[in-house]
This record gives sequence, C-alpha cells and structure tokens, in this order.
Amino acid sequence: MKLSTKHLLGIKDLTKEDIQLILSTAEQFKEVLQRPVKKVPSLRDITIVNLFYENSTRTRMSFELAERRLSADVLNFTASSSSAAKGETLLDTVNNILSMKVDMVVMRHSASGAPHFLAKHIPAAIVNAGDGINEHPTQALLDAFSMRERLGRLEGLKVAIIGDIMHSRVALSNMYLLRKMGAEILVAGPPTLIPKYISEALGVRVTYNLQEALKWCDVANVLRIQLERQNQPLFSSLREYNLAYGIKRKMLERLGKDIVIMHPGPINRGVELDSDVADGPYSIILNQVENGVAVRMAALYLLAGRES
Amino acid sequence: MKTILSEQQIALTVKRLAHQILENSQGLTNAVIIGLQPRGIFLSDRIVAELKILVAGAPIHYGKLDITFYRDDVRKTLHIANQTDINFSIEGKTVILIDDVLYTGRTIRAALDALLDFGRPSKVSLCVLIDRRFSRELPIQPDFSGKAIDTIVSDKVKVNWRENDEKDEVVLV
Repeated sequence: MKLSTKHLLGIKDLTKEDIQLILSTAEQFKEVLQRPVKKVPSLRDITIVNLFYENSTRTRMSFELAERRLSADVLNFTASSSSAAKGETLLDTVNNILSMKVDMVVMRHSASGAPHFLAKHIPAAIVNAGDGINEHPTQALLDAFSMRERLGRLEGLKVAIIGDIMHSRVALSNMYLLRKMGAEILVAGPPTLIPKYISEALGVRVTYNLQEALKWCDVANVLRIQLERQNQPLFSSLREYNLAYGIKRKMLERLGKDIVIMHPGPINRGVELDSDVADGPYSIILNQVENGVAVRMAALYLLAGRES
Repeated sequence: MKTILSEQQIALTVKRLAHQILENSQGLTNAVIIGLQPRGIFLSDRIVAELKILVAGAPIHYGKLDITFYRDDVRKTLHIANQTDINFSIEGKTVILIDDVLYTGRTIRAALDALLDFGRPSKVSLCVLIDRRFSRELPIQPDFSGKAIDTIVSDKVKVNWRENDEKDEVVLV
C-alpha cells in the first residue's frame, strides 16, 4: 500500500485511502514520540529543504522537528534573508538548491498554486505547507487526526468551520478532507468573509449565525482573521467582529453539551476566541500542535517511501 | 507444499520454548517478553500464555514492538506500520525477543536498533519458531529455536495461526 500521489500539494488530490493511510501511520509515529529516544532512522538518506516564502512559527518548527525525528538532513530557507530578496526567481532558487542533491521540498508561499507550479518543473517530491488562500494540507490532516483522537471517528461528525472562510487555506483543506471522510460541514461567519457560491462548489451548509453553528456542531474549528490578506475592509472593527462572531466561555457553557474547540493558530485573543476558551477545557489547540509533528512525520515518511 | 510442523507439534514446541525461556531467566524475575509485529505476536501470545501457567500468577512484562521505521529497505518497499506497545522500562532487563521465522536476520537487526531506543537492556535473547539456518545475511543466531530447517532462497516458509489462517501449521511452499 502506498500514496496515490508523488507530491502532497493539497487534500483535493488525495483519495480517502491516502488520508486513512496517513492518519494510521501518524498514530504509530505518535507512539514513537512518547519513547525515551523520539527518533527513528527511516529517512536517514533523505535531504529535505524547508522553503518558507511566508512567515510561520508552528508549521516550520513542526516540519523541521518531524524531519529531524525521521533522521532526515534538513536545510532551512527563509525568503527574507536570502537571494530571493535580490530578485532571484522561485524556479532558479529551487533548481540551485536541488543541484545540491536535495530530495524533498517543503514549501510555503503567499501565491496560491506556487507548489503546483514547482511540481511541474522539478523532479523532487513537494509538500505544500500552505499556498496563499488555496490549501494547507498537513493542517487539515492534523485537524482530522485530532478530531478522530478526541471523538473516535470522522464519518458523520458535525464540524463547524467558523470565521474568515474566504482567506483561509485551512478552511479549504479541511472542507475537502472532511467531505472525503464523510463528515458533515457547516461554515459560519460574516457574509463578507464567506465566498458566495461555497454551498454549490463544496457542498457545505452556510450560516451567518454563530449560535446556530455552535448548537449544531460536535467540533468548532475556529479560524484566524487574516488581516494580512484583506486589502479592503470586510467588517467594521475587530471589536465588532468579536461581539458577533467571537467565541466566549459563557456561550459554550450555555450549550449544555460536549463541544470541541479547535484553532489552527496563531490565535488573535479577544477577537475570534476569548482567552478563557482558548485555554479552557473545551479547547484541544495544544493537542493539535502536538499531533502536527506525528502527522507530518507520516506524510514525509510515506512520500519518501514512494520513491521506488 | 510440505508440512514442517503440524498443529500438535506447534503446541508441543510452544510449551518447550516457554520452559526453555523460564529455565534460562531465573523464573522471569528480571526478564521481559517482546513480540515482533506483525506475525511474531501470534507466537509470543502463545508463549506468554504458557509462561503465565508456569509462573502461577507472578506478573509478566509483555510488550509488542513494530520495526517498520527501522528497516533498511524503506526506499525499496513501503511497509505499513503496526502498533508498538511497550508500557514498561527495559533498562537493565533481560529482553526475550520473539518472532515467528528467522531468515536473513535483517528484521532482528532492525528490532535491536528499535529496542535500544527504549533503554539499555542488560541482555537480549532471541526466540523463534522456525530457524532457516543457512539463509543468514547478518551474524545473528537464535537462543531458543522451535525447529531449524535447511531451505534455499526460492523456498517460502509460511507459518499459519488459527487466529488468522484457520489452523496452526508451518508449511514449505
């Protein structure tokens, strides 16, 4: 059994079996991460470059840790401190790196489709660590892993994705994944932050009412307001956003049911999530971060193992 | 197809292996049993069941180890990982590794690497049901062996267990 794709560009290209394989392999890696020696020699002969054209804390550290725990050799590239700042093109940069015998590229870029472009021009396997407003596949995989770990299943699960759906690659990857795994999806947020034809395009339900979403769902995946991608005012103020769509502890307590709160980070505290929710008993935000390493190890391991 | 061990013979062999393990480890006081995933588990389950009867209630530390991530052929064939479950310390213990067939020795090489990531055992011994003794590619030998057989590379030894394949049987295909 192996993955059906050479690259991990998006959840869109994966089959249900691929997703299951990555999640079940991640379970085994999670056990590895509990051992006294949290490192396995699987990718000893592989060199991976982390190509980050956009800022990142969690994802870059999580990938780097995953790579090191698989014993791969790791190169780090940050656009702001490199020749990209002198005007070198993406393809030139990558070809130069690959001529140093690098086997895999983990890439984040602010342009949607950048890793897909690269995949057409270079032989190395590419892992998309987030491209513009398109996809962030490993985030969706670790979200799925965390949901399954907490609630035991994905099929039939009611998941609300709340907030800035329009600019969120996490939302798109999550919707693709949850649909493939048979979960029910509801997106909630202000009308200006939800794409107009999302129901038709992705088969999800839409609501502009936060209470309705919270009452319905088993899991609420709350997204960050992506101010850096909004070049026009889409809501009047952060405070108003918090009043209408921010999640507060009291709201959850009044629901009188179990609910799981997730967030891909970084959190805007007091905007989409209040601190007592983010740090409270409903939140599995830090579990998500922990699981990220195991899930990325699984993805890298399975992609490297495909090279036969 | 030729039968190497019948159901009855396997039952006797498992009993003997359990006795040998006990004889060599001072009543299991400082020993732990670790079965190798996936197919060594069927044998280790049986041996542990026998040992439980023999030590009459004394606790036995029994774990399962998957060696997929330690293989030296990741790039040749992708193997699917199984569960590892070792919820005790192996530091300073005598570890008895159990697998069904010892062939090239590469699995055991990987198992030794994996095992050392859990701590430093004082001693590791190896127990197998079938020893294909002239096919080794690494200097690894069993301490307890059910039956040693002479085979050539094109032979295939198949160990069937009733949990999985209808009945207990070892055959040469």
